[in-house]
Amino acid sequence: MKHDDGDVAGLGRPRAVAFALPALAIIGVFLFLPALWTLWLGLTNYRLTGTAAAHPKVVWFDNYRTALTDHEFRGALWRTTLFVIGSALIGQSLFGFSLAWVLQRVRKPIRSVVEFFVLLAWIVPSSVSSFLWFALYDRRNGTLNALLGTKGTAWLIQYPMWSIVVFNTWVGTAFSMLLYRSALGSVPPSQLESARLAGAGPGAQLRDVIFPHIRSHILTNTLLITLWTFNVFTPYLLTGPANRKAEIMAGYIYRTSLRVGELGQGAAISLIMIVINLIIALVYLRVLRERTP
Amino acid sequence: MLTATAALVAVAAGSASATTPGTSAGTAAGGTAAAPSGEAITISVTTNAISGGKNSAEADFFQNYVIPEFQKAEAAKGKNVTLQYQPNGVDDENYKTKQALDLKSGAGADLIGIDGIWYGEFADAGYIKPLDDIVGADTVKAWSGWAQIQPAVQALTSYNGKLYGIPAGTDGRVIYFNKDIFAKAGLPADWQPKSWDEILAAAKTIKEKVSDVIPLQWNAGSSMGEATTMQGVLPLLAGAGGQVFADGKWLGASQALKDVLGFYATVYGSDKLGDPILQQEAQGRDQSFEQFSKGQIAMLAEGDYFWRSVIEPKAGDFPMANRDTVVGWAKIPAMKPGSGIKGQDFVSMSGGGGYVINPNSKHAQEAWDLMTFLAEPDTIKALLNGAARITARDDVNSEVLSKDPFLSFVAKDVLPITAYRPAFAIYPQVSVALQEATDDILTGKSVDDAAKAYQDKVVQLAGADKVATSG
Repeated sequence: MKHDDGDVAGLGRPRAVAFALPALAIIGVFLFLPALWTLWLGLTNYRLTGTAAAHPKVVWFDNYRTALTDHEFRGALWRTTLFVIGSALIGQSLFGFSLAWVLQRVRKPIRSVVEFFVLLAWIVPSSVSSFLWFALYDRRNGTLNALLGTKGTAWLIQYPMWSIVVFNTWVGTAFSMLLYRSALGSVPPSQLESARLAGAGPGAQLRDVIFPHIRSHILTNTLLITLWTFNVFTPYLLTGPANRKAEIMAGYIYRTSLRVGELGQGAAISLIMIVINLIIALVYLRVLRERTP
Repeated sequence: MLTATAALVAVAAGSASATTPGTSAGTAAGGTAAAPSGEAITISVTTNAISGGKNSAEADFFQNYVIPEFQKAEAAKGKNVTLQYQPNGVDDENYKTKQALDLKSGAGADLIGIDGIWYGEFADAGYIKPLDDIVGADTVKAWSGWAQIQPAVQALTSYNGKLYGIPAGTDGRVIYFNKDIFAKAGLPADWQPKSWDEILAAAKTIKEKVSDVIPLQWNAGSSMGEATTMQGVLPLLAGAGGQVFADGKWLGASQALKDVLGFYATVYGSDKLGDPILQQEAQGRDQSFEQFSKGQIAMLAEGDYFWRSVIEPKAGDFPMANRDTVVGWAKIPAMKPGSGIKGQDFVSMSGGGGYVINPNSKHAQEAWDLMTFLAEPDTIKALLNGAARITARDDVNSEVLSKDPFLSFVAKDVLPITAYRPAFAIYPQVSVALQEATDDILTGKSVDDAAKAYQDKVVQLAGADKVATSG
């Protein structure tokens, strides 16, 4: 070999291309084309019904202007931000880590049982879990009201953001827990041992031994759950189309596109959302690159 | 005009025989040749009904009566047709989205039941086509039933002067009240308010004298969708002398609209006569049905659908065994006597739906057969199954309505004063803006802010020159 051309497997360029093609084709058809289509729709006044469904007109950036000046859009974006901070960054991360941390120290049967139930929350189909929580939050015969003795409280309407934040924390904690369990497993026990011998308490161990080891895991986890939570649709199943005080971006797009029927406007908002997603991803990747030795 | 009172004007009943569905098949001018005799054909029909759920009786009627009888009727014509019923059991807005997506993608049932206000936007989108284009003008004209359907009722399934389907019926809106609760509060059993103030006064009396009862539930909020506009906003608006569309312009933030929103603010805000949270619940309308049927709501403004389908003693969604003795009804008063549209003292709103043939249907002729079959007196009477309902046909109405004191009241006293929604494609969007204005009131915004937000939305929808702006 004269020089390293990166062709470790020795496939040769044509065969490598042949291998990659099917995957690229699928990505093209199901990801790239729809994205282009969305980009195009966002420039039109396309609607689900009415004249604009049959003869859509190009309106260029009107949809974007409408979105950015619309208080409903800004409201949804703000609520989504709160939702991400509340349910992903604080709720899932913190609960996930705490569970992982505590479970390290308990006996195996208890650990298995707890893990089973936490995972169950994550695995149950979202239509089922939202139905369960609908029953839990119900105003008249709800479990929560029965437990707390708060007869007649309509949680989803009187505490809309808290309701969906708690719900989504419950759903998503399992992922953070799993990720942190394996991260904590990678911390060398010898270092923890020496820290303990040197008289470090649990706080100091966390700060000086564990965090430096799992920093990149924290970043990865935060990136993933931020993106998921930013895009999540499930709370809509819980709140329905009319509960505007709990309306986050995915629900707002669904309502705008399919319930109100403004497909063009909905496409424009979707694109704004993709851009925000990309920004979040880029910021995290940057941070990740800087921190990793 | 409908003042002819669809129901009671004696039209030569009996002159329409039950069987003459159009021309004999085979020469449809619209280019859809009927299938040759004997060839197996399957067609489907869909409405928003499901056995054991929403509009259960209607779904059962399709399964148990329409399918066998229609197949028999087609067989008599030498056709081998299998009919399938596709049930739905969701709120009307979701049903509409589903039908629009089906029609858009070239799918969907052959015959589709839709609401009268959707014809415009579906037609503009090219999703549905005039009957003349689908089965041929001669075939359409030859159907004997048209003579029995008033022009105002035919308008429910028409758009821009063209018929898109056969209407299934019309309706009217009233205030229902629970006579037991009224008796406890010392209010009369033959209560009939003459102004909004009298409604509010009755509600206040109930609030003072009867505990654990919601005095008045007046549809509001976008959770209830079109029901909010139809049962809630529009009758009030008509009572304040306003119309959602008049003289070529859409309603803006007029005084009439502010009066309407002011009424809501009194009911749900300052005086707590109604439950604002119920109006925002995802299943709020069903909840209001259930609570009225259990005697927990004293007054509820609803359409006659509520009487015949919801609290119907046997087959209703929330049956009330003592409906006929406990439930009273009253006309919806104008804000003040004479302040209603056309100087009326009392007002109502009417709507209704019908069927439409899917333009993608491969068996349009059979779908037309089915549409006319559904509109024949025998079929309608089978659907009613001894009960009454304001049907689209004069001959059937004059026969059945006298059986039910409430529905003959609607036909005699309500339909002459009623009004219809404008048949424009953007009406449903204006309607959503009205619903959102009531949302604003439910969540505590001021009347002026809600009216202003509404006007901004309508200007965005229709253009400033098409809105009667003010404020």
